[in-house]
Amino acid sequence: MSKKNKLTTNDIIFSVVNYTVFTLITILCIYPFYYLVINTISANDLSANGAINFLPKQIHFKNYIEVFKLKGLLPAAGISLARTAIGTSLTVLVSGFLGFMFTQHKMWARKFWYRFIVITMYFNAGLIPMFITMDTLHLTNNFLVYILPAIVQPFNIILAKTYIESIPTSLQEAAEMDGAGIITVFSKVILPTSKPILATIAIFSAVAQWNSFQDTLIYVTDQKLYSLQYLLYCYINQANSLKALIMNSMGSSNNLMVLATQQTPTSIRMTVTVIVVLPILFVYPIFQKYFVKGIMIGAVKG
Amino acid sequence: MRQSIVLNTEKVTIKKKKKNAEGKKMFLYILPFLILSFAFSYFPLYGWVYAFFDYKPPLNLSQCDFVGLKWFKMLFTNSTQIKQLAKVMTNTFAISGLGLATSFLPVFFAILLNEIKVKWFKRTVQTLTTLPNFISWVMVFSAAFSLFSATGMVNSFLIDLGIITEPIKFLDSDSHTWLAMLLWSTWKGLGWGAIMYLAAIAGIDQELYEAARVDGAGRFRLMIHITLPALMPTFFVLAMLSIANFLNNGLDQYYVFQNSFNKQHIQVLDLYVYNIGIGGGNSPSLATAIGMLKSIVSITLLAGVNLLSKKVRGESII
Repeated sequence: MSKKNKLTTNDIIFSVVNYTVFTLITILCIYPFYYLVINTISANDLSANGAINFLPKQIHFKNYIEVFKLKGLLPAAGISLARTAIGTSLTVLVSGFLGFMFTQHKMWARKFWYRFIVITMYFNAGLIPMFITMDTLHLTNNFLVYILPAIVQPFNIILAKTYIESIPTSLQEAAEMDGAGIITVFSKVILPTSKPILATIAIFSAVAQWNSFQDTLIYVTDQKLYSLQYLLYCYINQANSLKALIMNSMGSSNNLMVLATQQTPTSIRMTVTVIVVLPILFVYPIFQKYFVKGIMIGAVKG
Repeated sequence: MRQSIVLNTEKVTIKKKKKNAEGKKMFLYILPFLILSFAFSYFPLYGWVYAFFDYKPPLNLSQCDFVGLKWFKMLFTNSTQIKQLAKVMTNTFAISGLGLATSFLPVFFAILLNEIKVKWFKRTVQTLTTLPNFISWVMVFSAAFSLFSATGMVNSFLIDLGIITEPIKFLDSDSHTWLAMLLWSTWKGLGWGAIMYLAAIAGIDQELYEAARVDGAGRFRLMIHITLPALMPTFFVLAMLSIANFLNNGLDQYYVFQNSFNKQHIQVLDLYVYNIGIGGGNSPSLATAIGMLKSIVSITLLAGVNLLSKKVRGESII
């Protein structure tokens, strides 16, 4: 064994190249985030001209204070938070519950109904039929359009079912001996023992809810229901309305306006981007170990 | 004796009945969710009838004319329509094709990352490179906008270095649109794509490596003859799934990156359906017809690929 550990020249060259390449790839992946952050806390006249590349200059935090005063931003943040919280908890509970119910051999036509749900992974009616459906169900311009379609997710149900199948059935039997009904078994036995998989589903669903943009684009015209992502998209694409928005929030009095802290479209866009990305940056490393596990379970089942 | 048998069968039937009743009750518990699944997956299929009408949005379907296969015929006979669709299909195939052609990158990424022996470095790389996957396309576009616009970091840097004098229009240009889209999706998905392969590598029997080492294999031989073959099944499943999804590029990425300059090369099928159906094109019936054809082709592709997988590998992918 020990003689195999001797490093050849080839090995050393390989290692140097390998470490360098991965360092570069990693920098490429995080630099855009870093760039956004240093620009939001640097002097706005500098950042608007693209003068901040590696280190922040004249650090200030006024952008963050001003951005929250923008009309529409706080309600949009509220919508995004609400859909993430409600949507995620319902998705997790229902995925766990259905996954559990589909392991119950007693259930009437169990296999048929399982397939009924799983098959929906593979077809899609298309954009216009979906729109018409949402319209028929009165879900356009309705907060529920963010929640209801996301509850029953076949992939999550497969993940949950696969995991729950690995829990010894004796646990459930023991609980049933003690007189527990199916709901008690689910809440007292299954939920606590399936935490790893439920955490995986939770993080996937939370990220999906937080990032979702298409549903606002297609089903929502009411500005009160705009999600943060969609609002940011509007900010990026409509530089003019953004300028008007800045004027409004600054009021007509332009005395004592310091150039360095005056909001620019660039500073607003970047600040909102950082605000939207930040929750993910914080939550994600904590849950990362679960994804890998979750993916492995998913990969086994396909 | 006879009585007890009768009693027994009675007991059995009672038990069966009880079991049936319990099974039905369980079914009632999941019924609401079956209804949700029906409402958002099966019921919308009914909307396909709109492809056979001349649908004008504020009206009811009953107020619209039934036009039969008009829209489908139009797709294959109207010359401007054919041209446009050909363009869209070229974009769709080019972008999907490029994605498929580069689908080996995550395999390389995983194998080479696995050669990194310093644990904290490996973990840091893994964490930071999967990060972009969790950011929405709007965020990606916002970052792209900040970095590549006329006053963005890349242009100001190049001007400072004296390499260029005029800012390059990275985003408002139609040159290399396919390549740009490929690079963005690679940036977003590479690290994440590798996670599955890293998981597969972790599952390889270590004894295989030991045995090969005893036989005198170096690290490159181990990579080529043990790690790589072990990843092939996963690679094939994913490649086949991406063939089945050839027409489904998705909407988000192309929607946020589209502008009047790059429309010619960025309009993939999903974006096209959106643009003519909802985004101002005002032709929902045509959009439905195209969407319908797309779904049918996708399902056929999936079934075909599944069959192929069964034949070649003895395993189905769905």
